[in-house]
Amino acid sequence: MTSDNDRRRGLFARLRGRPGAPSRGRRRLGAAVRLVAALMLAGGAYTVLAPGAAAQENPPLSSAAADGKALFDVSCVTCHGRNAQGVEGRGPSLIGVGAASVEFQVSTGRMPMARQEAQAARKPEVFTRDEIDQLAAYVQELGGGPVVPAGDDLHAGGNVAIGGELYRINCSQCHAFSGGGGALSSGKYAPSLAPATDRQIYAAMLSGPQNMPVFGDNQITPEQKADIIAYIQQTLKDDGDPGGLFNLGRYGPSTEGMAIFLVGIVALVFASLWIAGKS
Amino acid sequence: MKRRKFDVAAVPGNTARAVDDRFQVATPLRRLLNKVFPDHWSFLLGEIALFSFIVLLLTGVFLTFFFEPAMTEVIYNGSYAPLRGTPMSAAYASTLDISFDVRGGLIMRQMHHWAALLFMAAIVVHMLRIFFTGAFRKPRETNWIIGSLLFWVGFLAGFTGYSLPDDGLSGTGLRIASAIMLSIPVIGSWVTAAVFNGEFPGTIIISRFFIAHVLLIPALLVALITVHLGLVFKQKHTQWPGPGRTNGNVVGERMFPRYAIKQGGFFMVVFGVIALMGGLFQINPVWLFGPYEAWVVSAASQPDWYVMFLDGSTRLMPDWEITIPIGEGYVIPPLFWPTVVLPGILVALSLLYPFMEARHLKDYRSHNLLQRPRDVPFRTGLGVMALTFYVILTLSGANDVIADKFHISLNAMTWAGRIGLLLLPPLAYYVTYRICLGLQQHDREVLAHGVETGIIRRLPDGRFVEVHQPLSAGDGHGELDYAGWVVPKKMNRLGALGPAIRGFFYPIERPAEAPVSPGHPPVEPRPEREEITSGETRS
Repeated sequence: MTSDNDRRRGLFARLRGRPGAPSRGRRRLGAAVRLVAALMLAGGAYTVLAPGAAAQENPPLSSAAADGKALFDVSCVTCHGRNAQGVEGRGPSLIGVGAASVEFQVSTGRMPMARQEAQAARKPEVFTRDEIDQLAAYVQELGGGPVVPAGDDLHAGGNVAIGGELYRINCSQCHAFSGGGGALSSGKYAPSLAPATDRQIYAAMLSGPQNMPVFGDNQITPEQKADIIAYIQQTLKDDGDPGGLFNLGRYGPSTEGMAIFLVGIVALVFASLWIAGKS
Repeated sequence: MKRRKFDVAAVPGNTARAVDDRFQVATPLRRLLNKVFPDHWSFLLGEIALFSFIVLLLTGVFLTFFFEPAMTEVIYNGSYAPLRGTPMSAAYASTLDISFDVRGGLIMRQMHHWAALLFMAAIVVHMLRIFFTGAFRKPRETNWIIGSLLFWVGFLAGFTGYSLPDDGLSGTGLRIASAIMLSIPVIGSWVTAAVFNGEFPGTIIISRFFIAHVLLIPALLVALITVHLGLVFKQKHTQWPGPGRTNGNVVGERMFPRYAIKQGGFFMVVFGVIALMGGLFQINPVWLFGPYEAWVVSAASQPDWYVMFLDGSTRLMPDWEITIPIGEGYVIPPLFWPTVVLPGILVALSLLYPFMEARHLKDYRSHNLLQRPRDVPFRTGLGVMALTFYVILTLSGANDVIADKFHISLNAMTWAGRIGLLLLPPLAYYVTYRICLGLQQHDREVLAHGVETGIIRRLPDGRFVEVHQPLSAGDGHGELDYAGWVVPKKMNRLGALGPAIRGFFYPIERPAEAPVSPGHPPVEPRPEREEITSGETRS
């Protein structure tokens, strides 16, 4: 049967569809050559595409990263462990979190943490800008991860109208319509955006610190991030509150209710005391 | 030739005579203008509500000139840049125009909102005064009911107004309202469909709420306020007990001119306070909330303060779902209890309270004299108990803001609210009851023994006693009857010391020299004491 014959013939011969196979010795030689060629191709491709660092067991750190490691070994190692591999029950591994995460956590003073609690609070930062860059370089070289683009002004050219819409959909559930922040469950909270810089907001979106979800570049593109930052920085912070001298903290109707009793009712009760006292 | 002189001084009289010749109004008008109103600062609290209602009408009419109650989608192109190019409802776009493009629109909008909050706050404060002084007793039960209804109609007016701008906050409020309606067993879905004309949000709710907010509810409010004031007029105002004041008379000022001038002045003060608040304090920045979209809910979305107790009761309610095995299973959602049943109970209790109290005390007489809160401890206790209940619910309505700003766990706030709601009102009742009894006792003590003078006398046997100034003449031990009014507790009220200096903000008279009581000669400087020694000197 033809099918039995086909099975006995080589693959290439079958593809060629030509019966009458070459000699046995030639077939073996051809197979050897093809094997060698395939091995060389695979090896070459691996050499070209694989990261060079992986080839060495202990990659040398850049000088900035080495400085960062020195800082890390003094200030962070207690909770994040040697080589930033994390300590069970104390601090997570930092391999793969990226420079963006380091920049956010350290430049807002959240790290180093004062104590273990529901959530690290913003406080005056411990490290200088250069030291933060060194720490970021170290963590970046450990395992890669998201990086904040260069520059301090990350909202240039942002469209506040689009940014406002994106802010209301993605951010206002937790940070509130005003950017003033809000409560989450069990002592956790979304912080106020008032002290946040462009880079910090960008880094927070990229790295999703604490209870915040990650808004990677696939969900919110870099242009949309610029729009959101523009809305926060230009509209929410520089709005100027056209409604009056006091914005009552922009906490919504709760402080407005307080104001009507503490200001309105108190003033008018004093007025009625005054008027009734005139008899 | 004699020139006829035009006598200016006679003009008012002549005009009045001319009017009376034609309309015969002098007799009824005299009765009206001579009507007497008792004077006390706490009687002016209701007027705050009345005057802020007038401000509400004035500013509200202004707003209707520019507001477009439609949900048709438009692209905003006004002067507020961060929303330009955003699709939104015509209602929200016109609210933004009122805020940014209409001259004086923003302060009018803010005055309207502040006046609404003040209206409701003044109603509550006025109601507390009525309750704690027993002014709701026969014959004024009807007016108490009308006043309670005014709160609930004002509640509806506030909620419909809150919904009109169609910003993120008002849409969220409407969504909750639709959920509350849906939670009513059996009829819930029909009610919601009838109100929203189908599914939430539909396309007609703003127009319907608009006509309710500017016509139906204000008409009802005006009608209720008219009857309320008419009844005060007919039944006459209550008064505090005091010299010359009995259950059968009214002591006070005539309506004209003093009372009318005072009320006119007070209206100006209320208007001024609302205008100042409208200009100084930003309220409801609708431009930050953005247009309502179902998927946009901001943190700290709260209703106005008078609705917040319902938000609070919802937050405190455990998730108890009742499944009734009829057909495929019928579910009563937990939302039904705190938002439909609870307000229902509150309305019924507040409306029926005067009758329940009369039945409890078997007191069916007419009362025109007020009672001091301390003299009826159980009522005062009940009032404080209800107030505590309401305040806990209201605070719980804002518990996320409190949790965030005071760094408390939100879960802890919820549990504190749940436990507090059950424990604190009875505790408040007990504490208030004891305070009332203590104050009563002190009053009786002063009536029996006199006012404390602060003078300590040492008796020959070495005891120290305080000298009391008896209130009654005679031997100073005859007990006086309590008259239901303030008992003097300081010497200057008796004339033993100089009277209190008159004037509210600054003294309007020179403080008088303290008259010297004949019983107590002026104090002379202490005589020099001779040192008592043993006769020897130590060297």
